[in-house]
Amino acid sequence: MSPKPAVRIERLSKSFGAFRAVEDVSFEVHPGEVFGFLGPNGAGKTTTIKILAGLLRPTSGRGEVAGFDVMRETREIKRRIGYMSQLFSLYADLTVEENISFFAGLYGVASERRAARRDWVLSMAGLGEHRRRLTGELSLGWKQRLALGCAVLHEPPILFLDEPTSGVDPISRRNFWDLIYSLADAGTTVFVTTHYMEEAEYCNRLALMNRGRLIALDTPAGLRAAHREPILEGRENRLEMVEPSLEDVFISLVRDAGGARED
Amino acid sequence: MSTNGGARRVREMVIKEFRQVRRNRGLLRVIFVAPVMQLILFGYAVSTDVRGTATFVVDHDRSRDSRDLIEAFTASGYFRLAGGSERSRDLVRALDHGRATVGLEIPAGYSRALRGGDEARVQVLLDGTNSNTATIVRSYAERIVQQQSARATGAEESPAVDLRARAWFNPDLASRNYNVPAVIGAIMFLVCLLLTSLAVVREREIGTLEQLMVSPLTGRELIAGKAIPFAIIGLVDLAIVTAAALLWFGVPFRGSPPLLLAAGVLYLISGLGIGLLVSTVSNTQQEAFMAALLVFMPTILLSGFMFPVSSMPAVFQWITLLNPMRHFLVIVRGIFLKGIGLDVLWPQFLALFAMGVGLLGLASARFRMTAR
Ligand SMILES: Nc1ncnc2c1ncn2[C@@H]1O[C@H](COP(=O)(O)OP(=O)(O)O)[C@@H](O)[C@H]1O
Ligand SMILES: [Mg+2]
Repeated sequence: MSPKPAVRIERLSKSFGAFRAVEDVSFEVHPGEVFGFLGPNGAGKTTTIKILAGLLRPTSGRGEVAGFDVMRETREIKRRIGYMSQLFSLYADLTVEENISFFAGLYGVASERRAARRDWVLSMAGLGEHRRRLTGELSLGWKQRLALGCAVLHEPPILFLDEPTSGVDPISRRNFWDLIYSLADAGTTVFVTTHYMEEAEYCNRLALMNRGRLIALDTPAGLRAAHREPILEGRENRLEMVEPSLEDVFISLVRDAGGARED
Repeated sequence: MSTNGGARRVREMVIKEFRQVRRNRGLLRVIFVAPVMQLILFGYAVSTDVRGTATFVVDHDRSRDSRDLIEAFTASGYFRLAGGSERSRDLVRALDHGRATVGLEIPAGYSRALRGGDEARVQVLLDGTNSNTATIVRSYAERIVQQQSARATGAEESPAVDLRARAWFNPDLASRNYNVPAVIGAIMFLVCLLLTSLAVVREREIGTLEQLMVSPLTGRELIAGKAIPFAIIGLVDLAIVTAAALLWFGVPFRGSPPLLLAAGVLYLISGLGIGLLVSTVSNTQQEAFMAALLVFMPTILLSGFMFPVSSMPAVFQWITLLNPMRHFLVIVRGIFLKGIGLDVLWPQFLALFAMGVGLLGLASARFRMTAR
């Protein structure tokens, strides 16, 4: 008996007019796992996340987040998730502390917990000394950690991160993933999209999207193993089965699926 | 629990909004400086008093009475001598060339007719290009001619009272008293409309709106969180602009300040409702700005601000009933100039209340936290 899935979608589709952004996608995300959502630009990752976060209504299919229906129970879902959009979206003209206090209030963090949660965010983002600075003046790496902190102020069991590390340097990315891991260790389900292959390696399982469709779903090791290829090796030219990199796997999967969308 | 949480979320929105306004210098200028400057500018610009109108005189009579009449024209301050001649032809030419707006022609025998108790006729020619000015100037001229004839005959019996002429003929510039309160109404509407129409769209543009939409905040709470701070700002504006009107223009204030405040609240709610509606249907600040101006133009034209509602075609008179500014102007003018109260103004209050609630309701119903 596995526990109830954190996210479950079944034959989910979303059209914008005649254009099918997401088509017939089904999968489950287990509680507590770090679930990587990958695919070239325009694959439908953001659209899927927005449906799960209650920002967009699907055209057809079913979806459940924390056991609540994405069609009818978006209010229940919104209380139980954290969401970080692919655009930076804190208030640049508020200070670090003011942003934290605003989102804590919005999510109904109990008054007696607020100070503790604020301090936790300040320390995890490393912003203790900059608490009174305007958020717009911070570096991108700091902004993203602050945005993550604000998204989890209310300690949601499920966290959606849409390209949280795009555009920042490798050190900041590494720091960010340390935070993701500590949240996952504490039991949070993390649903994350990324462009970076080394980040894909950090995930428990990976879903690969292309042209609105799900084209692969497995652990990183499973995906590599399934794409082992015989290669002539060594001085004796023996045939050896070599594990490809994740990047090679994805490139060949996307190519087999007809190539990426041209936007 | 959920209503409690709702109140708290609205409070957080209001605090946040004030913090952002405080840090935005451009916005602070729009809120506190621009309205006072607009009041002063428009206060002068919309004055319908006509002073020092260029007047060309042809006096065929050349008597003491005719000179007295000309003197009465210039002494009134409303007319200024721009030239004179013996030939009627010159008068027509002066009007044609725009050297004069008014021509006064006194026929020979004016004095005799006046003294003899006959009808003393003078001819006043007007450049009617600007019909507003012409109407006003004509009534001034009529009034002066009547007064002169009454004085010359020494008659105690005053000439037939012309009510319309009396309303216009206003030695202490009452048109300003009539117009400045209306300017207050127009400015408040503009400030309110612009601020709120940009408020939601700005968040849509920078992406924070999505962060709000993914939180437990409801559409109604979002609208309240945006409307309350701007309503407070609008009321502060009302106080500032009213004070400026009283101090700068010395406009009389005969009615009740609390009643003006109450009217201001209802009026602002309508303005906020329209602004928020604009905001919910616009995707960019530019779009919202254009839409706000598109709303503002007919609102002001159909309000009685510049053209009296009573002189509009019947269909438009009906349409003005749906215009919050029209009702507010009746209220401010009534409170400022006549000192009347709710016993007279209740229909306008009722109309503002109904429109405000309706518009805000429509705005929050239109605002979807989940897109289709
Ligand atoms: N609101 C919308 N209206 C029309 N097309 C959209 C809309 N949102 C996304 N799309 C299109 O849907 C496709 C998938 O977009 P998206 O989900 O953002 O992809 P990804 O996040 O994987 O890059 C893209 O081709 C995009 O242009
Ligand atoms: Mg995307």
